[in-house]
Amino acid sequence: MDFKDYYQVMGVARDATEAQIKQAYRRLARKYHPDVSKEKDAEARFKELGEAYEVLKSAEKRAAYDQLGTGPRPGESFKPPPDWGAGFEFSGGGPHADAGGGADYSDFFETLFGGAAGARRGSRRAFDEGRGEDHHAKVLLDLDATLQGGARQLTLRLPEIDAEGRLVTRERTLNVQVPKGILPGQTIRLAGQGSAAPPGGTPGDLFIEVEFEPHALYRVEGRDLYLELPVAPWEAALGASVQTPTPGGSVDLKIPAGSRAGTKLRLKSRGIPAKNPGDLYVVLQIALPPADDDESRNAYRAMAKAMPFNPRAAMGVNP
Amino acid sequence: MRSGVEGSLSGDIFEDHALTLAELSRLCSVDRTTIVEFVEEGVLSVIEINSTEWRFPGAALRRVRTAMRLQRDLEINLPGVALALELLEELDRLRGVVESGGR
Repeated sequence: MDFKDYYQVMGVARDATEAQIKQAYRRLARKYHPDVSKEKDAEARFKELGEAYEVLKSAEKRAAYDQLGTGPRPGESFKPPPDWGAGFEFSGGGPHADAGGGADYSDFFETLFGGAAGARRGSRRAFDEGRGEDHHAKVLLDLDATLQGGARQLTLRLPEIDAEGRLVTRERTLNVQVPKGILPGQTIRLAGQGSAAPPGGTPGDLFIEVEFEPHALYRVEGRDLYLELPVAPWEAALGASVQTPTPGGSVDLKIPAGSRAGTKLRLKSRGIPAKNPGDLYVVLQIALPPADDDESRNAYRAMAKAMPFNPRAAMGVNP
Repeated sequence: MRSGVEGSLSGDIFEDHALTLAELSRLCSVDRTTIVEFVEEGVLSVIEINSTEWRFPGAALRRVRTAMRLQRDLEINLPGVALALELLEELDRLRGVVESGGR
């Protein structure tokens, strides 16, 4: 079992005051709260933080923890001393159940302060006695899943209370038909796939919140898709018909003469499908041809000569 | 205990359905007065329908669950939660714009 240095987790000194500990908790909780943070390991950090705070904010738990010293050397495994906990009475539950989506303690915490599975079970308020608990999970899908719909294998990690009353994480792999047109942040409901039904009742539902992996070409905004399309200066200036990718296959897109960088062209109903489907916006970028041989350098020189052009005229400076 | 890949399941998009106050309360495991407070403080909005009963968009489920976590974990009061949710939405949108612009 690994020793947890709760002072290090919270970034406070071992003699920190209660106020300093609370302050550190508040600051780090805002930073790593899974609903707020985009840090990759936010959920794990937040859980660890909650556990550290649970111990350090309680005078009795902190005193007991301090007796352990600074823990074993790195690599050594930790075992609580035989007289652990003598003379201390631990009250109250552990870190918040369901804190930011997961709530198990480390083995370290559970060994020292006991699990809170009991408390957690008890805290499940009986809003509907005849119904199994709903489960909530999050998955990352590819954009094609919503554009085309279709089956995806989803692996979910679900917290669950095992036969001994301990909280365990169970992996569950489901083959799910993704509803076409689902948007990031929306939820697939699988009726009856939550917790088993209590005697004579109905099972809970499984709610799967969907997010999309970033796509190589398209950015999603609401139901609309955005595609940045590079065009050559002469295509933008003179107009052209160019091949452009769309989710349904490539199409010929007419670039109007006199287009500028940032010009937005709308391809109606080629966004995320729905009764009122989204649109595909093609945003033009002007790509500059390289001047890496005499011929192309001469072409640029000829262009400079043919059209006096001061791109900085609006700044009130001479070319 | 279930294991292996479970057979083909199809679900619906939950957000396509409107929810009653009772349904939302049950799905979030909170009492109705809490939901009413959320509405009064601007955390949640109600879809206005010609009826005496409140209807919520399906997205309210996620919003209530997030709001409750923020309220509990960061000890923010309800106006603060409403502000945090609005700012998080705006941040999400802006992140999308920045990510695509950076390519």
